Amino acid sequence: MSEYAIQAKGLTRKFGDFTAVDNLNINVPRGKIYGFLGPNGCGKSTSIRLLTGLLTPTQGSVNVLDLDLPKQVEALRLRIGYMTQKFSLYEQLSIEENLRFIAQVFGLDRHAQRKRIEELLSVYELDKRRKQRAGSLSGGQKQRLALAAATLHKPELLFLDEPTSAVDPQNRREFWERLFDICDTGSTILVSTHYMDEAERCHSLAILEAGCLRADGTPQQLMQDMGAKVVEVGGEGLRQLKEVLTQLDSVISVAQQGVHLRVLIKDLITEPIAWLRAQVPEQMNTRDIKLVRPSLEDVFVNCTGEGRQ
Amino acid sequence: MKMLNRITAVTYKECIELMRDRVTFGMVVMLPLVQLLLFGYAINTTVRDIPVAIVDQASTAFSHLLIDSVSATQVVNFTESYFTPEEAMQAITDGKVRAALIIPSDVTNRYAKKLVAASQQGETPQFEYSLNRPIGQWIVDGSDTTIASTIKQLRNMPMINLTDYPKNQTAATFEVVQFYNPEQRSAVNIVPGIVGIILTMTMIMFTSISIVREQEKGNLELLITTPIRSIELMIGKIIPYIFVGLVQMGIIIGAGHLFFNVPINGSLWQLLLVTLLFIAASLVLGLILSTIAKTQMQAMQLTFFLMLPSILLSGFMFPYEGMPVAAQWIAEVLPATHFMRLIRGVVLRDANVMGMMNDSLWLLGFTILGLIVASIRFKKSLD
Repeated sequence: MSEYAIQAKGLTRKFGDFTAVDNLNINVPRGKIYGFLGPNGCGKSTSIRLLTGLLTPTQGSVNVLDLDLPKQVEALRLRIGYMTQKFSLYEQLSIEENLRFIAQVFGLDRHAQRKRIEELLSVYELDKRRKQRAGSLSGGQKQRLALAAATLHKPELLFLDEPTSAVDPQNRREFWERLFDICDTGSTILVSTHYMDEAERCHSLAILEAGCLRADGTPQQLMQDMGAKVVEVGGEGLRQLKEVLTQLDSVISVAQQGVHLRVLIKDLITEPIAWLRAQVPEQMNTRDIKLVRPSLEDVFVNCTGEGRQ
Repeated sequence: MKMLNRITAVTYKECIELMRDRVTFGMVVMLPLVQLLLFGYAINTTVRDIPVAIVDQASTAFSHLLIDSVSATQVVNFTESYFTPEEAMQAITDGKVRAALIIPSDVTNRYAKKLVAASQQGETPQFEYSLNRPIGQWIVDGSDTTIASTIKQLRNMPMINLTDYPKNQTAATFEVVQFYNPEQRSAVNIVPGIVGIILTMTMIMFTSISIVREQEKGNLELLITTPIRSIELMIGKIIPYIFVGLVQMGIIIGAGHLFFNVPINGSLWQLLLVTLLFIAASLVLGLILSTIAKTQMQAMQLTFFLMLPSILLSGFMFPYEGMPVAAQWIAEVLPATHFMRLIRGVVLRDANVMGMMNDSLWLLGFTILGLIVASIRFKKSLD
């Protein structure tokens, strides 16, 4: 058994002239939560579809749970769970009926079905609504139902495609608690997101942009090795100052955060505060400038930005 | 065994969805019932009470008698009256009437001569042709062939009511005996045909839409990552509609028998058999459409693309024999054409599937071939 749940080499998928995923190399370790972080349209969903066998790669090799795709895709189906970006259970069916349908499809026997469904209903706090139709559930409830359905057959590997895009922060927090519970039982989880706070919870993650892998590693590692320094600049007239700073070659990006400007400066500048004061002395003398710890968003901004239209 | 479980799961799910969708469920019952009542009453190939005008230039006791006698046929209804043929022609152009009867001023004279001519039949005609002239003229809007030919029938209208003389017609060349529909009621032929029309519509539309809906709503994306196979999904989704089709057939034939007195001469087993054959062919056609259509709207459009030829070319409304050869070929491809023959055969003539082997085999072959095409086209991936 390989130590990786997913190994992809040179994974490429083209739709006509458009390259949705470009030469992707990733290794997802077993028993961990692995994140795909990237803006909309960066190829996260396509990558997940390639890794689940929903799409056939144009080039490259994929090995998931020691099975070669797309050859052994049927054998893989029983061992993976997939929660789609859009709610994809049946809206006319009740919570219980939806779960029973999925259980039957996965071939659970009658006794096991009942036991597992009861278990899931209580874990995901849906037991009081079991007769309610899925179409009338709230975003958070739908999401819990979808997760329950995706984990019904206790998959070794769980794919979640932007699972929390339609949920409030409270529900998102609880959702991640459930994910760590699932991870604790030895399952591997691959989750795609465009939320920084969510990405920060992953054991490790890959930053994607325009179908390419820009960086990967643990969040801490990515922040340490990001190759840029972050300073916060306070004071008045921040909008005008931002215009000026953006013009400088060694400044990677400038973003306003309330009463501060957050400035990313290239690593080759060893003394960023002094350097900054020297660049625009008339504007900088009285300002409060301090060096801060980089966040994941800084990492993200630093390694993306070329983008595509 | 697991395969069977998965098919059952899909069928059960499909039934729940069908039952909870009130409008669709209502359509299953109401569609055949309403269409039956509409078509059963409305479609009538025996035309009656055509609105016509009269131009009576004679205005004698005889011409009045003649008009009454034409009215008595119930073929036409004299709604307008004019003095000149020009006025009558204008009324036809304006669409007020479909035809006009012009009675010349010498009508009594013409009729008298006609009687003389008739009494000399078989002997060497001693009178010139002018003796045996028609006693009046119909001018007809001939654009609608059915109406025109109905009025043409009046050409040889018997005149026994007018005088005591024997009718001025020779004996028929052939005797015609009409089986299966001696009273010549259109409903007898139409009602079994409606089964074909309704089943074409619902079977093709329901299957194609129900599969495309899974695609559109994203359910398919989830299903593809489960162990279910495409053939299991298709079979599971089709099964409920087989019953829907049988229920609709029952409603139409039953209500047709009740309301329109349509006889059920054949055995119910044969009826069940031919209907199942047609349901199978239509469902498979729906499956193929579902692999072409990307949205429910497209599935609808494709269904209607098949619906119209099925109504117009299948022999439902117009006899197959009357169509040009090219149209007959197209008709032969449509399952509806074969089903029209089969169900009319079974319901009206007590025919059986074996006796109408060609049509039965064609439906069977269509189903098998279609199923192969559909499963090849229905790939279990998003590519």
